Amino acid sequence: MSLNLADVKRIAHLARIAVDEDEAPGYLQQLTNILGLVEEMQAVNTDGIEPMSHAQDVVLRLRDDAVTETDRHAAFQAVAPQVEASLYLVPKVIE
Amino acid sequence: MLNASLKELAGLLAGKKISSVELTQLFLKRIGELNPALNAFVTVDEGKSLAQAEAADALIASGQAGPLTGIPVAQKDIFCAEGWRTTCGSKMLHNFVSPYDAHVIEQFNRAGAVNLGKTNMDEFAMGSSNETSFYGKVKNPWGLNAVPGGSSGGSAAAVAARLCPAATGTDTGGSIRQPAALTGISGIKPTYGVVSRYGMIAFASSLDQAGPMAKSAEDLALLLNAMAGFDPRDSTSLERPKEDYGRDLGQPLKGLRIGLPREYFAAGLAADVAQAVETALAEYRRLGAETVEVSLPNSKLAVPVYYVLAPAEASSNLARFDGVRYGYRAPEYTDLNDMYGKSRAQGFGAEVKRRIMIGTYVLSAGYYDAYYLKAQKLRRLIAQDFTDAFARCDVIMGPTSPTTAFNLGEKSDDPVSMYLSDIYTIAVNLAGLPGMSIPAGFGANGLPVGLQIVGNYFGEAKMLNVAHQFQLATDWHTRLPPLSEE
Repeated sequence: MSLNLADVKRIAHLARIAVDEDEAPGYLQQLTNILGLVEEMQAVNTDGIEPMSHAQDVVLRLRDDAVTETDRHAAFQAVAPQVEASLYLVPKVIE
Repeated sequence: MLNASLKELAGLLAGKKISSVELTQLFLKRIGELNPALNAFVTVDEGKSLAQAEAADALIASGQAGPLTGIPVAQKDIFCAEGWRTTCGSKMLHNFVSPYDAHVIEQFNRAGAVNLGKTNMDEFAMGSSNETSFYGKVKNPWGLNAVPGGSSGGSAAAVAARLCPAATGTDTGGSIRQPAALTGISGIKPTYGVVSRYGMIAFASSLDQAGPMAKSAEDLALLLNAMAGFDPRDSTSLERPKEDYGRDLGQPLKGLRIGLPREYFAAGLAADVAQAVETALAEYRRLGAETVEVSLPNSKLAVPVYYVLAPAEASSNLARFDGVRYGYRAPEYTDLNDMYGKSRAQGFGAEVKRRIMIGTYVLSAGYYDAYYLKAQKLRRLIAQDFTDAFARCDVIMGPTSPTTAFNLGEKSDDPVSMYLSDIYTIAVNLAGLPGMSIPAGFGANGLPVGLQIVGNYFGEAKMLNVAHQFQLATDWHTRLPPLSEE
């Protein structure tokens, strides 16, 4: 499974990381090297093995549907890049 | 004073031989003197630290002190601490002053410990050399041209140079144990789920675990007592009764069965590291332990599996850094997608971007089964290897890292060679087992060698016992790097 420059641009777009034309070949080389390391996995037969998604096979806890948080929006929004009237500001999405 | 154990420091504080304010000032002064050369701390706030020290002195005076009251502890800059800048080593969080405390910080605050400052780290804990930090490289106190290891390299260098009595770290693939080994200190990554990750900035959530870094196993036990415990705010936090991790420190080692994985003593292990580990094992036999050969046949797959799972989880976790709610936002952009792309391109460093992109790729349509699902299946085989090995032994030992500390810049242009420096530590995270590293002598270049001790699930008290008995019989853990001598 070898990558090409179009793949790198597609991955960068999915990851929402702007990659310039002149950076793309560098990423292509580095990502190819890492995938080369990972390729060793394919040599092992894993038929019938249950995937292990977590270190402990525990069941997620349920909790009562009760309000536990207090209103701290002022403290949380104090660290936001742009806020107005308690709203996070972003560029216009819908015309 | 610099080599005093936490127990000794608590005794001095209780006996009014020194106040917490004086102790804190002593370490702040050392930070002022030695940090410019080491770059171990990224944030120091004398006012905040001394205010906590004064409060601790009041607690001590009123007879309400616990074992850590008044003790200065350095915090890895991955733990959110209210009112403290919390950067995770990234430009992305350069201006982030946390509005809340991580569970670990709360626990230290409850214990009356003093936050001595925030330590440098690889950006978002992604790295094995502490060279990916936005705040610059950390130097190894044993050799200023050498790396301290990573990602908890700042905490490791700070403890090694005695800029603090103890520190915290986090370990996703070896980030407590490898820097502990490379700087000649002790560190333990507990069983997955023992320490709450609430307020600990996430890297790979099925692997991340916090733990203490200190001068000795005895100190680690006291620190882990404070850090561990159930917390409903972390869905992976385990509901287990509180335990005293120091309860077995004094047990003799007679009859202890030490498993030696043959794969950890094979090609790739430097001769000087092998020699130091063999000498440590001989000491264990002298203490009454026996060694048995065990096998972890799938251990060679640990690095490949990790570099699928950890980036996949990271690509999801780090999606939260969008330049909207906190963190860096690019100064110029045309629309929302452009704002995301530029903010993330400018805010993240090269290694973080590489890992996010690898993770995005292995999770993308058409590749999920071949990479992510395949890696999860192999993860089960790797974990099963340990279960099989622990049928024949009580603890597993081997080198923490295949070499002593490498030079700054030596591997920074070759990510794959950097990844291989965690070859002995990563499998432990994949299995969710506890692992630790303790000093076990020096390599040919005079740099420290770490001995890795892996325990069975919830075997922390046993591992600390095994490490403590070694430290009663040896003095590697008391050696000071030339730079830090009093």
